[in-house]
Amino acid sequence: MKYSTQKLAYPYFIAALLLFMVQVLAGVLAGSVYAMPNFMSESLPFHIIRMIHTNALLVWLLLGYFGAAYFLIPEESERDIHSPRVAWLQLCIFVFAALAAVVSYLAGVHEGREFLEQPLWIKVLLVIAFLLFLYNASMTVLKGRKTVVTTILLLGMWGAALLFLFAFYNPSNLALDKMYWWYVVHIWVEGVWELIMASMLAFLLIKMTGVDREVIEKWLYVIVGLALFSGLLGTGHHYYWIGTPGYWQWIGSLFSILEVLPFFAMVLWCFHMVYRSGRNHPNKAAMLWSLGCPVMAFFGAGIWGLLHSFSPVNFYSHGTQITAAHGHMAFYGAYVMLNLAFFTYALPQLRSVQPYNQILNMWSFWVMTAAMAFMTFTLTFAGVLQTHLQRVVGMGFMEIQQQLDLFYWMRLLAGAVFLVGALMYLYATLGPTSKQVSSSLNM
Amino acid sequence: MSERLTKSAARNIFYGGTVFFVILFIALSVHTHLHIVNTSTDESTLTESVARGKHVWERNSCINCHSLLGEGAYFAPELGNVWVRYGGRDHPEGARMGLKAWMRAQPTGVPGRRQMPQFNLSEQELDDLIDFFEWTSRIDTQGWPPNTAG
Repeated sequence: MKYSTQKLAYPYFIAALLLFMVQVLAGVLAGSVYAMPNFMSESLPFHIIRMIHTNALLVWLLLGYFGAAYFLIPEESERDIHSPRVAWLQLCIFVFAALAAVVSYLAGVHEGREFLEQPLWIKVLLVIAFLLFLYNASMTVLKGRKTVVTTILLLGMWGAALLFLFAFYNPSNLALDKMYWWYVVHIWVEGVWELIMASMLAFLLIKMTGVDREVIEKWLYVIVGLALFSGLLGTGHHYYWIGTPGYWQWIGSLFSILEVLPFFAMVLWCFHMVYRSGRNHPNKAAMLWSLGCPVMAFFGAGIWGLLHSFSPVNFYSHGTQITAAHGHMAFYGAYVMLNLAFFTYALPQLRSVQPYNQILNMWSFWVMTAAMAFMTFTLTFAGVLQTHLQRVVGMGFMEIQQQLDLFYWMRLLAGAVFLVGALMYLYATLGPTSKQVSSSLNM
Repeated sequence: MSERLTKSAARNIFYGGTVFFVILFIALSVHTHLHIVNTSTDESTLTESVARGKHVWERNSCINCHSLLGEGAYFAPELGNVWVRYGGRDHPEGARMGLKAWMRAQPTGVPGRRQMPQFNLSEQELDDLIDFFEWTSRIDTQGWPPNTAG
């Protein structure tokens, strides 16, 4: 670590990991309600738990990106962060807004568009925090060395902030509401967030493989190009059945196939660069996460997405547990693993020690990844069965759900195992390190 | 391949392509917006009570259990066509009474069955919400869902 302001990343990562725990705990609770429907049905109804589960996810992922940006921008720009005070202020506002949202949901105060349930004043706080970040990061980048990594990262962050403004537009016409709601939801995760993801992976590759920056950055352009070319019109696969024109069935189906390409390219890119370097980076756990991330993103976002995004298939599968299966593995593979990779890489430097607790960290990788894969399989089976019974046979929703009990119990089991993996990760990264690895060595 | 594609070529393709697809997406969005307003939804019947009903829907976060036109939480039944499922097209009064009675009777407390909370909606709120469901059921959704089960 060359610049003292990179330390700003540390509190961001801690806050992110704590909210990650909130997310996983809420997930296990929600999974329990699926298996035992009367569980807490009066004290903490399902819709509240689910809001906490999804909102905590989005907020901790963003905290991870902010922290990663504060860590990598000084090294890329070769100068300290413009204003550490602004970064601290941004963190305080963001974490306060996140906690206020959780308390507000528990008290039953919320708005009602999925994932955008934050009360208006909390949305405003989130925008303020985002603007503080954009100011701080952009000033640093503008004054320093310009690299493709920081340019793409900032492009992704600016895009995410601009698109979030559609969260403030809520027309009375439900079809219009849904059309613009996807501007935030889809173009975040299948558009601008892929820019953030690719640039963070590029930084990790440059640092860990030692491959020439020029080569890595050229392919970074190719990958983010594929992401935006496919992802923008790929929004079409959400425009099949909500009152939008019929041509979206053609556009959505075609561009959904193309949406697999950036994820496939990321797999090739990461593995090829690691293979080509032949260098053995001492942080093996970070390497494992960095290679696991594109692979699981390819399966979760790419394959599981493609599985149900052709319009003739989606006609039957839309809004079933298949979507839940895809959502879980896609978010885990693409964005959770990305952040966990970055934390694993950066935390030893932030704590001024050599890579530590690597075996436990790598175990947590396999436990969480296996649990998430199993959860995705159970939900996929449940979804296929549900699709047949509900959309082909025409059975009633509640009747079908009782038939899916076994799958929901297995999903709960997977969730519990995932929680164990997440706790192992938390202990491996934030817990004590053994004495002999303490070192001022910088890598 | 690696030799032929230079970094600056990759950069130009990225920026050029992105501008192209952004413009194309905006153009299609404008058309889609007009299609929704003029063709696929009935703006003339989007009354005050439908708009209020949408807010009842949002204020109670119904989307985090139910789905609406297939989007939502998949924990509870699809409601985009609940008006049709309750026979509202042929017997609007019966459907309205049935939906109100159902919401008032929650939670059922039946063991092993998913529970819907009691939201204590007023008569006005119930009527607004049902107006919203009725309006939603008339959106041209290209024939989705495949059957009334939703």
